[in-house]
Amino acid sequence: MGMQIDADESIGESEYGDGVQLLAPDGRRRDHPDYPLRVTAEQCRALYRDMVLTRRLDAEAVLLQRQGELGMWIPSLGQEAAQIGSARAARPGDHVFPAYREHGVALCRGVEPATLMGLFRGVNHGGWDPATHGFHLYTIVIGSQVLHATGYAMGLRKRGTEGAVLAYFGDGAASQGDVNEAFNFAAVFDAPVVFFCQNNQWAISEPNERQTRVPIYQRAAGYGFPSVRVDGNDVLACLAVTASALERARGGGGPTLVEAVTYRMGPHTTADDPSRYRRPEEVELWARRDPIERLRRLLVAEAYAGDDFFAEVRRDADELTAGLRVAVRGMPDPSPEAIFAHAYAEPHPLVQEHAAAALAAIGADA
Amino acid sequence: MTTMTLVRALNEGLRAALEHPDVLIMGEDVGRLGGVFRVTDGLLKDFGDERVIDTPLAESGIVGTAIGLCLSGYRPIVEIQFDGFIFPACNQIITQLAKMRARSLGAVTLPMVVRVPFGGGIGAVEHHSESPEAYFAHTPGLRVVACSNPTDAYWMIQQAVRSDDPVIFFEPKRRYWERADVDTAAAPPPLHQARTVRRGTDGTLVGYGPTVRVCLEAAEIAEREGRALEVIDLRSLSPLDIETVRASVSRTGRLAVVHEASTFLGLGAEIAAAITERCFYELEAPVLRVGGYHVPYPPARLEEYFLPDADRVLDAVDQLLTY
Repeated sequence: MGMQIDADESIGESEYGDGVQLLAPDGRRRDHPDYPLRVTAEQCRALYRDMVLTRRLDAEAVLLQRQGELGMWIPSLGQEAAQIGSARAARPGDHVFPAYREHGVALCRGVEPATLMGLFRGVNHGGWDPATHGFHLYTIVIGSQVLHATGYAMGLRKRGTEGAVLAYFGDGAASQGDVNEAFNFAAVFDAPVVFFCQNNQWAISEPNERQTRVPIYQRAAGYGFPSVRVDGNDVLACLAVTASALERARGGGGPTLVEAVTYRMGPHTTADDPSRYRRPEEVELWARRDPIERLRRLLVAEAYAGDDFFAEVRRDADELTAGLRVAVRGMPDPSPEAIFAHAYAEPHPLVQEHAAAALAAIGADA
Repeated sequence: MTTMTLVRALNEGLRAALEHPDVLIMGEDVGRLGGVFRVTDGLLKDFGDERVIDTPLAESGIVGTAIGLCLSGYRPIVEIQFDGFIFPACNQIITQLAKMRARSLGAVTLPMVVRVPFGGGIGAVEHHSESPEAYFAHTPGLRVVACSNPTDAYWMIQQAVRSDDPVIFFEPKRRYWERADVDTAAAPPPLHQARTVRRGTDGTLVGYGPTVRVCLEAAEIAEREGRALEVIDLRSLSPLDIETVRASVSRTGRLAVVHEASTFLGLGAEIAAAITERCFYELEAPVLRVGGYHVPYPPARLEEYFLPDADRVLDAVDQLLTY
């Protein structure tokens, strides 16, 4: 069951194959001929801050779920490097299509954490305007959004608009017809889209080997566009690889598939029990590959940051989670009118009839 | 006034719709070939391949990428080549296209038209004669219409393209080659309004798409037997213009609904329920449904026994009048 666990906890060729790595697990920088990355201390600190905020937001959401403030939560624990590295490669004018675990990406796209929680509290199905943030709504039906991303990219190309599209999905979604149709449409129409697969090893209880016989990134060759596998717990590699792929897309080079090899440290959702399908040794192994700790080691080793910085990030995270807690608890239930408000752009007589009857009945009961 | 087939009327309607620069046509064989029924004939030549797009052969991919094109500001008209081929796209239509506006709290509109040639009667192989309209009419968030004649085809396709909601647009494929005079200067009725196409006092027949003509044939035969039947072309399946049907039934007291789809949980069942609620004391007989049987669409050599025809409609009329 699950992946082979090597007694050796180093991440070498056996683990990532030809995956791009720019930051070794011990925090040392590595060079890669295809992805020369120059980052400043300030950029490294910003990436670290993003990852910590994401982790704290996620942990707070789990607590809020346990306390009944959220109906359900989908933890992103362990995937912070893949999400922050890729999201920070996108420009404000780019358009991002998430699946439903991309809380770090949402943060980078400026979606208020409390707004993100609305969906999980059950007050709406997604309360942000995708156009404002260049960040589409979460999509629950696995893989459906990858076709939307491709179509959006086709539209950008058609209009000659500057920009590219970044589409997130997981290893499970790679089995969906929609994702494979998206690969094909993107290739045929030279769509400026980057397919960013977070391979977190588990699709609920099903491991990679039940999803695919070949590494996911290798599929791109069959559709006729390039791909790259990247260490998904290496934020610098995720940043460099995604930036390069987006640049290629913007320049008319067409799609790229990025497979970021990472690990879902938590359950699939707060309703899941991963102890039924994976061994604790595997989770412990990946805990030692923690993406945030890896960047912290770089910050310390290179003297990019001192105690003051780490204390400041902690304070920011405390502030964010405290604010989030208050905002979520204070989030009012929508009024019953909201059920009927947005189903159609133009009046629909049956919806009007149902709304009138339902609201009269609710009013009579009140 | 120009005489044209239903195919030509659709073609002219699409041509008019394409005058808006955001309108796209996409689907399998819609460009170079002009569509297997030639509905999009000549549009590639006149509007170019950025506007009229031959896509890979993948229905979910077509609808899914069209959603993305809507999000980037376009108004795509998608062709599903045959009714039976829409099912691979149903996930995108039902979970994404229909719900996007509601789930975005109105921030996102998806002005897409999905054109579907539907129904039997052309001697086709299996999966080319389906009537899947009830699945879509049952799905909140979609608008569903069916044209029955060249004039409506010309206008309704343009109205559907102008709608900010997604519209599933059913075209009666066995009527594609029927001709009529189309007044392209006249003002059309609203998209979601039914039309009384024949006046009568003894009973009401409701059809849509290919069965409007069946109803008219039945009414003509009935007239020779001294019975005046009213015929309503429903035109819109969601929303339903139930008021037009109600007004008719309140005068005639009798109603039969005619469609090719299985009568079980079909449009006829909904109309029967809605009319019973509204006209209980005015009905002289229970509302009857005339339609397909609850079996897979038969091989072509048997379809004449499956499709509702004037005889079966008149049998229902007899039942209504002798109840």
